[in-house]
Amino acid sequence: MSWFTRKDKGIQTPTEAKREAPDGLWYQCPSCKKAIHTREHRVFAFTCSNCNYHEKIGSQEYFELLFDETKYTELDPMMGSGDPLEFTDTKKYVDRIKSTEYKTGLKDAVRTAVGNMNGLPLTISAMDFSFIGGSMGSVVGEKIARGIDYSLKHKQPFLMISRSGGARMMEAGFSLMQMAKTSAKLALLAEAGIPYISLLTDPTTGGVTASYAMLGDFNISEPGALIGFAGPRVIKETIGKDLPKGFQSAEFVLEHGFLDFIVDRKDLKDKLTSLLQMLQ
Amino acid sequence: MKTLLEFEKPIAELEDKLIEMRKLAIENNVDVTEAVKSLTEKILELKQETFSNLTRWQRVQLSRHPDRPYTLDYIEKICSEFIEIHGDRSVADDKAMVGGFGNIDDEFSVMFIGQQKGRNTKQRQYRNFGMPNPEGYRKALRLMKMAEKFNKPVVCLIDTPGAFPGLEAEERGQGEAIARNIRDMFMLKVPVICIIIGEGASGGALGIAVGDKVLMMENTWYSVISPESCSSILWRSWNYKEQAAEALKLTANDMLSNGLIDGIIPEPLGGAHLDHDGAAKTLKEVIKRELTALNKVNPQVRILDRIEKFSKMGVVQE
Repeated sequence: MSWFTRKDKGIQTPTEAKREAPDGLWYQCPSCKKAIHTREHRVFAFTCSNCNYHEKIGSQEYFELLFDETKYTELDPMMGSGDPLEFTDTKKYVDRIKSTEYKTGLKDAVRTAVGNMNGLPLTISAMDFSFIGGSMGSVVGEKIARGIDYSLKHKQPFLMISRSGGARMMEAGFSLMQMAKTSAKLALLAEAGIPYISLLTDPTTGGVTASYAMLGDFNISEPGALIGFAGPRVIKETIGKDLPKGFQSAEFVLEHGFLDFIVDRKDLKDKLTSLLQMLQ
Repeated sequence: MKTLLEFEKPIAELEDKLIEMRKLAIENNVDVTEAVKSLTEKILELKQETFSNLTRWQRVQLSRHPDRPYTLDYIEKICSEFIEIHGDRSVADDKAMVGGFGNIDDEFSVMFIGQQKGRNTKQRQYRNFGMPNPEGYRKALRLMKMAEKFNKPVVCLIDTPGAFPGLEAEERGQGEAIARNIRDMFMLKVPVICIIIGEGASGGALGIAVGDKVLMMENTWYSVISPESCSSILWRSWNYKEQAAEALKLTANDMLSNGLIDGIIPEPLGGAHLDHDGAAKTLKEVIKRELTALNKVNPQVRILDRIEKFSKMGVVQE
């Protein structure tokens, strides 16, 4: 016989009411598993204050991080994908686009904006990995091309922030030619003597690496980012061996001479500013 | 041993029958003129029917036909003299990427560059299956810049299943090498003609395929990924290569109708592998014709046209 008798049966508190903290207040670092207050995480430019893991952030966060007082103008915000090949795999490409737009609130895998960084006029194209793996189709190529055109016209530096699995298969030949289109514009930018900084973030692979991402006057990266042409799985299959530790990490690519430096995201704005000031 | 693709077999059977018939005629001294004539017509009809209704996957199979002419085969047949040039002056000489100066009918000195495949197991390994390493792309660029220096046109023959996805290739910057080629090819002051003669797989192809004229031979493919890899990624199985080939729209006709190439070079009926001389003859005529036309254009205009052409590629909604 118990001393107390339960009047109501079972646990009746709804799950939502039981939470000690409101949703989104804490961020758990996927690398060291430490829980960090989201406000603190934001102050640290979305890097972990414990292990310095750089969270995969999108265009919005980079714009807010780099443009003064988060003031900027987005170019071609409404540009979206066509479906020139009427591509269908297990799903129709148009449906894939629509559901991704709905899920992410983005129009495609890159956004371009112009504004000032510590007073210096700058064009930034930043990729969003959440949109079909940051894949490069016609929209990505065209928006970057127009961003470079803007830089050419206004004689201001161009910053490309890549985060992509490579070309978008559903646009096949069209997507391949975006490599050529963006590289053509970069050739013009180089000829005009306008600085081009390419920031390769985690991950940057495939056709993006084999075109604009590797063509910077300065190729820079964030700590630990995966950078390569072929993906690790493909290489592993080719050579039939496990890959060495740290293979294709930003540090590895720096060591082999294809990056100029690795920059901690917390220092990104100031370091870019110093660099661009030296070029003026 | 001749290699026969599935759809080539009915034709080959009839051709064998024709040979048999002629042999019997000689042995038994009978007149088979009429029968031979009707069978020959039947073969031609069947060939025309088969080759005008090829599926995209069948084109891919033809592009990889082991008897197909490769880069050096074409160069040998097109040029009265060819001097091969080796090495990237930095790391190595990539055997999967060949190049050198060649003479066409004493009219043109041309810098030929192209991926090279091998014909037997030993050669295939030697040529790394036509998959260049970064030094191959750097060798190609060195040769292009040399052509520019001596004011000679560049002709690139593209035939690759892709840039090599190896460990050392990554260490030596495969992505950077291809990217630099693509960018720098836009600024070459000399005429550049690029012709897909077999497989045109992705960045590995594009790394030598930025030109004033980009042409595809009739039975070739050019796309961002091979049908097999596309199947494995999008369908998560290797079994959908036919569907993938259809979806990718990777044939010469597809690429032309999408405005991604400038023209198609016809092949002898049945494919280039059946008549190397015939295929090379057409190729030579096309190269001469295009070079004559491009030579008339001011170099600066040529560069701007080249940039303009690629800048227009892509379909977006605004």
